[in-house]
Amino acid sequence: MKSLRKFMDKIKPHFQEGGKLAKLESVYDGMETFLFTPNTTSRSGVHIHDSNDMKRTMITVVVSLLPCLLFAMYNIGFQHFKAIGATDATHWEMFLFGLLAMLPVIVVSYAVGLGIEFIGAQIHHKEIQEGFLVTGILIPLIVPINTPLWMTAVATAFAVIFAKEIFGGTGMNIFNVALITRAFLFFAYPSEMSGDRAFVKADSAFGFGGDAVDGFTCATPLGDIATNALDKVPSTLDAFVGLIPGSPGETSMIAILIGAAILLITGIASWRVMLSVFAGGLAMGALAHGLSTPTYPASMLDPVAQLCFGGFAFAAVFMATDPVTGARTKIGQYIYGFLIGVFAILIRVYNGGYPEGAMLAVLLMNAFAPLIDYCVVQANINRRQKRAKAQ
Amino acid sequence: MALIKLKRGFDLNLKGQIKQESVADETVAQRYAVIPDDFAGVIPRMDKKPGEHVAAGDVLYHDKNDEKIKVTSPVSGTLAEVVRGDRRKILAVVVDPDNKGESKAFDTRSNPKELLLESGLWAMMRQRPYDIVPTTDARPRDIFITAFDSAPLAPSLKMLLGDDEKYLGKAVEVLSTMTDGKVYLGCPKDYTIDDTGAETNTFVGPHPAGNAGVQIANVKPVNKGEVVWTLDVITAARIGKLFETGQVDFSTIVALTGTGIDTPCYVRATMGCSLKSLLEDRLVSDDKEKRIISGNVLTGVKENIEGYLHAPYRHITVINEINKKDEFMGWASLNPKKYSIYRDFTTWLIGGRHKEVDLDAKLNGGERAIVLCGEYDRMLPMDIYAEFLIKAIISFDIDKMEQLGIYEVAPEDFALAEFADTSKLELQRIVREGLDKMRAEMC
Repeated sequence: MKSLRKFMDKIKPHFQEGGKLAKLESVYDGMETFLFTPNTTSRSGVHIHDSNDMKRTMITVVVSLLPCLLFAMYNIGFQHFKAIGATDATHWEMFLFGLLAMLPVIVVSYAVGLGIEFIGAQIHHKEIQEGFLVTGILIPLIVPINTPLWMTAVATAFAVIFAKEIFGGTGMNIFNVALITRAFLFFAYPSEMSGDRAFVKADSAFGFGGDAVDGFTCATPLGDIATNALDKVPSTLDAFVGLIPGSPGETSMIAILIGAAILLITGIASWRVMLSVFAGGLAMGALAHGLSTPTYPASMLDPVAQLCFGGFAFAAVFMATDPVTGARTKIGQYIYGFLIGVFAILIRVYNGGYPEGAMLAVLLMNAFAPLIDYCVVQANINRRQKRAKAQ
Repeated sequence: MALIKLKRGFDLNLKGQIKQESVADETVAQRYAVIPDDFAGVIPRMDKKPGEHVAAGDVLYHDKNDEKIKVTSPVSGTLAEVVRGDRRKILAVVVDPDNKGESKAFDTRSNPKELLLESGLWAMMRQRPYDIVPTTDARPRDIFITAFDSAPLAPSLKMLLGDDEKYLGKAVEVLSTMTDGKVYLGCPKDYTIDDTGAETNTFVGPHPAGNAGVQIANVKPVNKGEVVWTLDVITAARIGKLFETGQVDFSTIVALTGTGIDTPCYVRATMGCSLKSLLEDRLVSDDKEKRIISGNVLTGVKENIEGYLHAPYRHITVINEINKKDEFMGWASLNPKKYSIYRDFTTWLIGGRHKEVDLDAKLNGGERAIVLCGEYDRMLPMDIYAEFLIKAIISFDIDKMEQLGIYEVAPEDFALAEFADTSKLELQRIVREGLDKMRAEMC
């Protein structure tokens, strides 16, 4: 490590003011603090600090997403070889195919997002913020695998600039950046984002795999339900395991639950939000199921299946629990989570235009989170004012 | 007597605790100093000039805005120097002791309030709101005395008080005349002081249970327009002693703690003594840079060996500035020895969060916007939305600050939250600035 430290010290002058690469000062600083815990000590206030920092927090979230990412790679391969009819593909071939299919999306997402973050940090002469570490891995997991890379790049750039940077960067944004990326794609390029061709990669990746017959289509279970093709819908158990078509990260309930366990054990995500999203989803699912009618085919699903299909569980565990865009008071978190669950199922069941409602439900509640907090905090304020008057 | 259980907060178990109960004799310091910054809200105007003789209890300076508030010399000797900084701000008033032990005699029959002001003990108290030396025009609703310091490595006040406990009754009697309400005494579980005439409450729970502000919040919170005084049991005993004997006694026992001290111990000393006299021959001699803190690791003041024992503290902590330089990817560490109270590090897996730990002064990260929620609330046992209050202070929204309870807090209440903060914000500085601006705005 000493030689690395020496190297970093040697190149440091180039990045400081007056140096040849002074315009990349933030990038150097980002690298240096990434490699070595800074030797800065407290100047005012407390003299000791906990080891926990934003890097650790964000990287823990990334780790919790790894089961979903690895499963997504396997499932993309699985779906691909199923589509081309190659039944003799090994597990490793499936995984390798998925890896090759996802890698470009991950690279594009990180390159565009971090690039903008670096530029932003340099303009404002601030340290690079870690928020995009998580967003950058969330985007490939929620964007359908067949989305053209340039669309992903445009959407990521839009989301990072207009949903985050103009609000002041990580910690200041109102809407979940990854979901804004998805929503941008969803509304700007609807034909690419839904329907029968978006979710299964039917052509080869870097020459690996094969090509499906022309006109191959495969909808997600929720797509099938929406078009009343109920006979094609897989069982709830299949949805729990996850070998079904869908956005890369959302299919496997098992992988999502492992991620949820990591987030809850480390205490990074709020169990209040997570629990109440599922409670809200179950409640609304039960209500819809109780009033089920063939006019709204999704209402035929039982409540537990509602939670396992589509992006509901992924949104509950990784999107709704984003502390920046969610409710921040304890009581507020129950309300916020519950309403996400309710709206996700409500949109899914009763809005024919959108077979999935989790994304819109989270974004909608992102907008209402400050209002919920306002009401909770106002109750505290009222208590204080009442106390003062009682004197 | 009520038992009040507090759940929120955390007891940090730092290395460098005092193992023996014996108290080393006082080593006479070369110099003593009064640091005006220790008396928040008082702007010094000197009463004595360098070269003039002072006895212990003689006035050194008074407040520019209220000349009744006075700060007195802790020892007898000669006023040696008035150290000034930028814009002639007085940084320290230094006294060379003559070791004659001459002490000003006060008339115990005079008006209690005037006696307190004249003796300088008034300036040792604090008032809420604003966490300043009490103003002389307001009559407090109640007075809160805390009988314990729950900060990391803090000494037991019972030990420091010793025989002086007998003066507490007198102190409560005097203080009772200054309020229409009650005098409250907040005690820890293992040390209840009865028969003082004060209303005694016992507090069970982790730090900051010993903070007067936390005790007030859980007994009878401060409302807008009310004034409450706070002091610790040592100051109370000094007040009692003043009214019994007519003399003000600034001598104390000081706890020397922390990993930078060779053998942590108690030492007799007097308020304002130079740290050199306390720490010489007692520091660990290795090649690591030491951070000397006058006070505890959470609220204390950074000093060097040429500095002084600050007035509110009977405690010195010495820690290493940096334990391990250039730690490679420390944020990714899976080593359970890397201390964190959070579960995303592995300390908790081996039950290490409550084990003895040697912490240095490193920030362990960069300053960020507030991202994680509830971190401050977990460390503050008050009915206050800490994070919302901090945001109101940063944006200087006076109405919101008032509504969210700025009158109830002092910077020290946020010290533990500042330690635990993942975003590494300087919460105590933010609260201090908020209180100062608020006061400028309201007065």
